[in-house]
Amino acid sequence: MTLNLPALSGQLLIGLINGSFYALLSLGLAIIFGLLNVVNFAHGALYMMGAFAAWMMTSYLGIGYWWALLLAPAAVGLVGVVVERTMLRRLYGLDNLYGLLLTFGLTLIAEGIFHHFYGNSGNSYPVPEQLRGGVNLGFMFLPIYRGWVVVVSIFVCTLSWYVIEQTKLGAYLRAGTENPKLLQAFGVNVPLMFTVTYGFGVALAAFAGVMAAPVYQVTPLMGSNLVIVVFAVVVIGGMGSIAGAIFTGLGLGLVEGLTKYLYPQASAVVIFVVMAIVLLIRPAGLFGRVR
Amino acid sequence: MTMRTVRVSLCLALALAAAGVNAADKPKISDGVVKIGVLTDMTGYYSDLAGAGSILAAKMAVEDFGGKVLGAPIEVISADHQNKADVASNNARKWFDEEKVDAVADLVSSSTALAVMPVATEKKRITLLSGPGTTAITGEKCGPYNFHWTYNNWALANGTGREVVQQGGDSWFFVTADYVFGKSLESDTAEVVKKAGGKVLGSARFPSPGTTDFSSYLLQAQSSGAKIIGLANAGADTVNCIKQAEEFGITPKQSLAGLLVFISDVHSLGLKAAKGLYLTTAFYWDRDDASRKWAQRFFERHKKMPTMVHAGVYSAVTHYLQAIKAAGTDDAEAVAKKMKETPVNDFFGKGTVGPDGLFRHDMYLARVKSPEQSKKPWDYYEIVKTIPAAQAFPTVEQQACPLVKK
Repeated sequence: MTLNLPALSGQLLIGLINGSFYALLSLGLAIIFGLLNVVNFAHGALYMMGAFAAWMMTSYLGIGYWWALLLAPAAVGLVGVVVERTMLRRLYGLDNLYGLLLTFGLTLIAEGIFHHFYGNSGNSYPVPEQLRGGVNLGFMFLPIYRGWVVVVSIFVCTLSWYVIEQTKLGAYLRAGTENPKLLQAFGVNVPLMFTVTYGFGVALAAFAGVMAAPVYQVTPLMGSNLVIVVFAVVVIGGMGSIAGAIFTGLGLGLVEGLTKYLYPQASAVVIFVVMAIVLLIRPAGLFGRVR
Repeated sequence: MTMRTVRVSLCLALALAAAGVNAADKPKISDGVVKIGVLTDMTGYYSDLAGAGSILAAKMAVEDFGGKVLGAPIEVISADHQNKADVASNNARKWFDEEKVDAVADLVSSSTALAVMPVATEKKRITLLSGPGTTAITGEKCGPYNFHWTYNNWALANGTGREVVQQGGDSWFFVTADYVFGKSLESDTAEVVKKAGGKVLGSARFPSPGTTDFSSYLLQAQSSGAKIIGLANAGADTVNCIKQAEEFGITPKQSLAGLLVFISDVHSLGLKAAKGLYLTTAFYWDRDDASRKWAQRFFERHKKMPTMVHAGVYSAVTHYLQAIKAAGTDDAEAVAKKMKETPVNDFFGKGTVGPDGLFRHDMYLARVKSPEQSKKPWDYYEIVKTIPAAQAFPTVEQQACPLVKK
């Protein structure tokens, strides 16, 4: 295979675009996984629900993309809050496995319901007017919408990282996961904080779903492919490290892009190969802190 | 012999004679029921083009036949193979061993079909393959009890492929689903392209299912400079490819050839994205009065228009039941023989089933209408050309099924 520089640059750029999308998606999971220690297998289904919420808003209520960016995550976030209050809360003290089983079950239910009503071919969600068309970069044609995805992802990731790592609220959050009882003794409403955190993580997943809706068909199974990749990203980045998840997402997007160019048949597998290697060398992940 | 022994012997003889007479009169339906199992993808990528619609089509065929054949009831059961070859073959084996299933229908996704066919041959049961595409089903992998009903990759390649090349698309790049169906479709089409004087500039094989983002492959297709991007994939993969090709500005300069596109795909893409796409189909609901009539009945229950797979399941099951009636038994050997002897003539197609099990019927080259051309719901296709059966499918010699004696 000849190494064609323009073609390679195009592939790397696409890899970066996908990577920023992975980073956005894994951010919510890193927050839930890292801070609440809940293995949120429902992340893919919540992403799917975000996309469907945006589609439903346009089809049934005539609400456009820009409002959907705010309303869909809010709506799905509310669902997350309800789930946390009624079900997840009871599992906090127990083994991780219970959280995984519960959220996995919820995923199957959600995907089943949507499949029943909407089939599997999916629905089309149009790219918003203002973001249509593309820019010819010479070595490739970059759709404006994909560029928008990169900008938003980086912005949201940076903002979330800042809030969690640099602000007082974030400090409370991190303290809450290390020693909830002590924090509660200081007068902080820890259960409420956990609920809000889970809701925020869910909203991030749904937000990624709305971003994805114009690009991929909105189908009930759109999350099931991504959720495993996102878990791999978080595991490689290191549990408990928000920055780790973001950088790993970007990095893995690049690796995957390169693989798709050099040997596409392996593109689904390469992320797990990297995960296996990283876990063998650094079991806590690249940026992880051993608890 | 004592009197008692004589009487017992006489009774026994009479009983046996009576049983013998009865056996000769009563047609042999194994286990007193004809069970048809629809093994399809209920929840995954192909569930809209096959799935619940295939089950409905089989049920309609049984109902229209009268619900009974040779005095025995007909039952339709179903299962989800999830597009996994091992799930499909285990399910088929269980059906044959424990649930007395006589025929398996649909089997969408070529890898599941190829996994179930040897099991059916071993257990001497019929398979009515309406969903899968790989040409090897009636070629090198053929079996005595397998019937390939709706379409195969050769027919698609020759329909769409040949037409597109004749229209000037003489350089191709393939985006191929990396499993038996995609690879078979790519190689069949590549052969057609080369024979018609075109060139294949390259291909990208992506893992399927599991890929939602095709930007990388479309970019490779773009940089190859090929005039035509052949989509050797189906279902959700094709839909995503077409959508993203539009997004990446591919479509003005290069054209897409959808090598396997179903009306369910066009419905979910929308005419704006799909307009102008060439495709080859075995069935279109709005083709003539007979197809319209059947499709309306299907639509009333399924709420969506039938794909060619659905129509194929109905036609195959009907022909199967008719063969049982004519053969006087549901024994696979006799029924298979009858199915190959009897010509088919229904709303789906007219033609004959070859000794290799392939039903050769007319295929239709269609072009997807633009939103302005569409006058009613589901008015999606313009039938450009009817490809007669003799040209649409490979000949018996070309298929080279090892079971067919030269």
